[in-house]
Amino acid sequence: MAKPTFDTPEYREFPSPPAIEEGAMEHLETYIAKPEHQEALGWAGELEEGWEQRAVDKLGDLLGKNKALRVYLDSCVKCGACTDKCHYFIGTRDPKNMPVARQDLLRSVYRRYFTLSGKLFPDLVGAKDMNKEVLDDWYKYYHQCSECRRCSVFCPYGIDTAEITMAARDIMNHIGMGQKYTNEILGKVHKIGNNLGLPGPALMDTMEGLEEDVFDDDGVAVKFPVDMHGADVLLVTPSADFFAEPHVDGLIGYGKVFHQAGISWTVSSYASEAANFALFAGSTEQMHKVARRIRKVAQEFGVKRIIFGECGHAWRVAYSFLNTLAGPFDFLDPKYPVPQHILEFTHDLINRGALALDPSANDDKVVTFHDSCNVARASRMGTKPGGQFDIPRAVIRAVVNNYVDMDPETTHEKTFCCGGGGGLLTDDLLELRVKGALPRMEALHEVVQSHGVTHMAAICAICKTQFAKVLPYYGMQMDMITSVHHLVGDAIILGGKE
Amino acid sequence: MAAYEVNGKSIEHDEEGYLEDIGEWSLDLAKIIAKEENLEMTDEHWDVINYLREYYDEYQIAPAVRVLVKAIKKKFGPEKGNNKYLYELFPYGPAKQACKIAGLPKPTGCV
Repeated sequence: MAKPTFDTPEYREFPSPPAIEEGAMEHLETYIAKPEHQEALGWAGELEEGWEQRAVDKLGDLLGKNKALRVYLDSCVKCGACTDKCHYFIGTRDPKNMPVARQDLLRSVYRRYFTLSGKLFPDLVGAKDMNKEVLDDWYKYYHQCSECRRCSVFCPYGIDTAEITMAARDIMNHIGMGQKYTNEILGKVHKIGNNLGLPGPALMDTMEGLEEDVFDDDGVAVKFPVDMHGADVLLVTPSADFFAEPHVDGLIGYGKVFHQAGISWTVSSYASEAANFALFAGSTEQMHKVARRIRKVAQEFGVKRIIFGECGHAWRVAYSFLNTLAGPFDFLDPKYPVPQHILEFTHDLINRGALALDPSANDDKVVTFHDSCNVARASRMGTKPGGQFDIPRAVIRAVVNNYVDMDPETTHEKTFCCGGGGGLLTDDLLELRVKGALPRMEALHEVVQSHGVTHMAAICAICKTQFAKVLPYYGMQMDMITSVHHLVGDAIILGGKE
Repeated sequence: MAAYEVNGKSIEHDEEGYLEDIGEWSLDLAKIIAKEENLEMTDEHWDVINYLREYYDEYQIAPAVRVLVKAIKKKFGPEKGNNKYLYELFPYGPAKQACKIAGLPKPTGCV
C-alpha cells in the first residue's frame, strides 16, 4: 500500500496561534464502517434514501434527551477563546479544526430545523439544510476531534465540543455512516469480549507467559490469574495491556503490586476490556451494553471490589457513569470506592507503607508525566479536588528520584491530548495523529532539552500507543513512553514485605 | 474491492491491504504483499511470519508483542530477542505489518 505522505510540523520557537490554511485537512477521511459492522450494532448498514430526514429526527431525539446539547448549540457567542486551544488546529492549521468551527457544523443544521429564525431566515443566521455536502464535512471533521475537552476549559460558557462531536457521530452511526475503526472494535467486544479480539485461551497463554517472565527476572512466583472465581478484586484493564508495548510492563506492575499487598485478584476473559469505545461512538445504548459485561462477571465471580487499569476513557466511563450504566453495585464491599482506579489503589498502599520500594531502581531515568485528557478533565481520583493530578504524580515520586513537570500550560486541566484519542488511533488517520501531537511533543522536547528528561509516563493505553508511534516523527525514541505501573513494578522489592 | 494478483488469481483485500478471506493466503501472495510494503524479506522475516501463522492457528489471534519477542529470542538468541530488532525487520510495527504479510487480521483496539 502506498504510504500517506505528509510533513511533520516543525517545533515552533514560541507556541503562538498558527497561520490559517483553508482546507488543509479536507482530504482526510477515515474509513467508513462496512454494512456488516453497522448492522451488528443495530444501525443502518449504509446511507439509504431519506437519510437526511432521519438525521434531523435523530438530532431532535438527542436534543430531547440531552438538555446540555441544546444549551451548547444555543449559547456560543463567537468570542474566539477556543480557536487556538485545539491540538488538531495547532498541528493542522485547518480553520475547520477550530472548536467553534467544528461545533458550527452541527449548529448550522440545528438552527435550520430547530430554531424559529433558522426556519424563517436560514441565510441570515448561518442555518444550513442537511445535505450530502454537510454530511461529508461532518464525517471528516467530527473524526478530527478526539473529544479531549481542552477547548471547553477555555470557553466562558463551558461549551463542551466533545458532546457535540459525540452527538454528530451518534447521528452518523444511526443513518449508516459510522467509522470502521470504532464500530469494528465494538463488534469484537460483543463477540469476543475485548477490542483486540483476544480469545480466552490466548489471554491465558499470555498471562502464563508473564508469570514465567517475572519468575525468571525476579525469582518470585507472582500470579497473573484469569477467571479466578472468589478473588477479592476484578481487574478491568484495556486489552492493549495484554498485547502491546509498553503497556504490558504496566500490567506486570499491577501484578507485582497485588502480589506484595497480598490481595487476590483476577482478570476476566468475558469482560476483558476496560476501554469502552461506545463513548467515542456517542452511543449511550452501546456504552450500557459494554459496561453490563463487567457487572455480570463481578457478580459471577463474587468479587469484593472492581479496579480499573491504566486507561483514560475507561476511567471516564467508569468514574462518571458506571453506576448509572450497570449499577447498583450493592453486592460489592462498601468499604471500597466503586469503581477504584489502580493508581488510587497503589497510592493508598504506598501511604500505608504496605509496599517495599526502591526508587533508585529507576535512577537511570528522568521522568515526566503526561496527563491523559479523559482522566484530567472528565473524572477525578481520591477524595480531594485535583486528585487525578496529584495521585499519579505522588505515585511516580515514590518510585522515581528524578521527576520534572512539563510547561504548566500543557499539564493538569490544560493538558493536551496525545493526538490519538476519541477513536482516532487508527492508521488511516496517521497524518492527523502526527500533526495533532505537536503541542505535546513541543512541551516534551523542551524538558528533554532543559532537564534531560528520558521518559514520559502515561496512564492511558491510547496515549501509550500513540506516543510510541509519533515520537520518532519528532526525532525522539519510541521507548521514551512508559506506563506509570512499569515504573512502580521496577521499584518494588519483591519479597521485601514477605 | 481492491485485490492482489497472484498467479492469475485475484485475492481481495481491504482498504489497508489485509486479506478479506485469510484462507486465501499463500507463500506467493505473502511475497507480493511484502513487496508492496517495500520489505526485502530475509530468513528472519519468514521465521517471524511462520511463527505468527502457527500461533494464529492455535489461538485465532496474533501473539502479543512480548510473546513474539520471547519466541524470537529462543530462535535467534538474546541479541535479537527484543522489540527493537522486530521493528528493524518490520518498521511499521511487528504486529500490524507482519500480520498483513502473514495474511492475518489486523490487531485492533488501542494498539
